[in-house]
Amino acid sequence: MELEEIAKNIRKKIFLMSCRAGGGHIAPSFSCVEILVALYFKILNIDKNDLHNENRDRFILSKGHASSALYSILAKRGIIEEKLLDTFCQRGGILGAHPESHSIPGVEVSTGSLGHGLSFGAGMALAGKINNKDYRVFVLQSDGECQEGSVWEAAAFAAHHKLNNLVVIVDYNKLQSLGRTNDILSLEPFCDRWKSFGWSVKEVDGHDISRIIENLESLPYTNNKPNVLIAHTVKGKGISFMENIPLWHYRIPNSKEEIEIALKELGIDRKEFEEGRK
Amino acid sequence: MRNAYVSALYDIAKINKQIMSLNADIGAIVFDKFKADFPDRFVNVGVAEQNMIGVAAGLASCGKIPFTYTITPFITARTYEQIRVDVCIQNSNVKIVGVGAGLVYSTLGPTHHAIEDIAIMKTLPNMKIISPADPIESKMATYAIAEIKGPVYFRIGTAGEPKIYDEDYEFTFGKGVEIQPGEDVTLIATGSIVYDTIMAARELKKKGISTRVINIHTIKPLDKDIILKAARETGAIITIEEHNLEGGLGSSIASVILEESRSQIKFKRIGLKDSFCSFYGTHQELKSYCGIAKEDIISEVISLIK
Ligand SMILES: Cc1ncc(C[n+]2csc(CCOP(=O)(O)OP(=O)(O)O)c2C)c(N)n1
Repeated sequence: MELEEIAKNIRKKIFLMSCRAGGGHIAPSFSCVEILVALYFKILNIDKNDLHNENRDRFILSKGHASSALYSILAKRGIIEEKLLDTFCQRGGILGAHPESHSIPGVEVSTGSLGHGLSFGAGMALAGKINNKDYRVFVLQSDGECQEGSVWEAAAFAAHHKLNNLVVIVDYNKLQSLGRTNDILSLEPFCDRWKSFGWSVKEVDGHDISRIIENLESLPYTNNKPNVLIAHTVKGKGISFMENIPLWHYRIPNSKEEIEIALKELGIDRKEFEEGRK
Repeated sequence: MRNAYVSALYDIAKINKQIMSLNADIGAIVFDKFKADFPDRFVNVGVAEQNMIGVAAGLASCGKIPFTYTITPFITARTYEQIRVDVCIQNSNVKIVGVGAGLVYSTLGPTHHAIEDIAIMKTLPNMKIISPADPIESKMATYAIAEIKGPVYFRIGTAGEPKIYDEDYEFTFGKGVEIQPGEDVTLIATGSIVYDTIMAARELKKKGISTRVINIHTIKPLDKDIILKAARETGAIITIEEHNLEGGLGSSIASVILEESRSQIKFKRIGLKDSFCSFYGTHQELKSYCGIAKEDIISEVISLIK
């Protein structure tokens, strides 16, 4: 399957599972679909039959509220069963609105509280250096998340320890929960901020899978610095009325019109949707 | 409880110009009116809770009365040292409002559940803790908190909690409320689980067990008198809370009884048994899974006093 096709399929899954659950975060998940497809289908060195191999690349979904995107990808890669997606946020299921490492195969770190992933990832990267392993650690962060002070403590740490095996991807959709990131607490000049902390920085269109892959295939960007790829994205990408509207951060469509438009734009047929709701 | 809090805060802010709301990127829609009418007194600090508490302490030192607001673990655990040093050690007039008490954010999982907040807040000198049981109490408590000088931790639910009190309910800081009289056993609860407790007591009554129900809305300072009286008069106490047993309301009550009660009493705590809840489902389903639902209360009462 083409990677673009996979991305389309992932969006369908996210939408169906969230509507069925009446919960989860659709727009934040849609924002990072292409990033996850690039990582899981081209970049990450992981073996679904040997998930704990000590030489594997590590991936941390630091913006844990995009769990439905991660679960869909894990299912598509055959790491968890596709059927499990139907249990998202349901009674007795293991797939919650934030991913948990102790119960879900392929989830490296439990997240949900923002601003933890980078420190955790820096620890993994430092261990890789100490143990002479050549795995890489990828951390996907959101822009609002970068307002947490802990992110910058970790950024300083990673640069100081020259963790060139550490890669941050920022899902820079310019929105957070209550509004536009740069109206609430500006991150700009964002690239310069990372640079001044001692990181190598690249930027990419976060919905262009082949460009994302190109940028991640050229790692490390420099010899002795940690890497950050700023991915310019659109929150809610894929459903026109959600795109760039802060309120859709946590909302699930429920009016007839909203559902009609969403199904059409995502290419989901009504029957599949109704089945999914049962 | 959340809406009741926000609308009470709005009313107070209309009269008292020192009142401010500091939010850490939480509170869509519900704060719109506050924000529109008091634009200088609403600050979304961003996803930066530690900074929010420090800033609030600074504002308070200049006469402002900041009410800081976000999801409970992020405003209590994430910010703990800021609360300890900037707020409690200096007795700053900062209000800490945690939304989502207990397991109410059921599907958001353990990162969002509030099950240790009472424990870590109550051990801080100068901190006071209020945990309302329904929207009316949430509203009345908000008025009271604005009048209290110094740190207060306010532990509220989200939306849709059933009403326990009438509109004319009067809230008295530091005083427990006997919701229902009874002779055989006393149930002492806090937060929205007071409702489940009342329902349990009704069913126990049908079984011929006269059950007293007490709502402890002020967890610190604790109303010792109402507890000692219940111990004396009923001889059996069960505490119920949506919180870890370690360090919760039940442990505070146990200390009071052990140190000060002269009655022989039977005692049992109901709460989370020192484990995070990774079970998903509705709020009610999580309560059942954790053994703190109405049915669990009923069976604990029966086995304690039989
Ligand atoms: C420490 C912490 N504070 C607050 C929250 C609540 N919360 C969840 S997502 C979010 C902000 C969303 O914006 P952003 O980080 O930019 O992510 P996006 O969904 O836009 O990708 C907030 C405040 C949280 N999960 N963790």
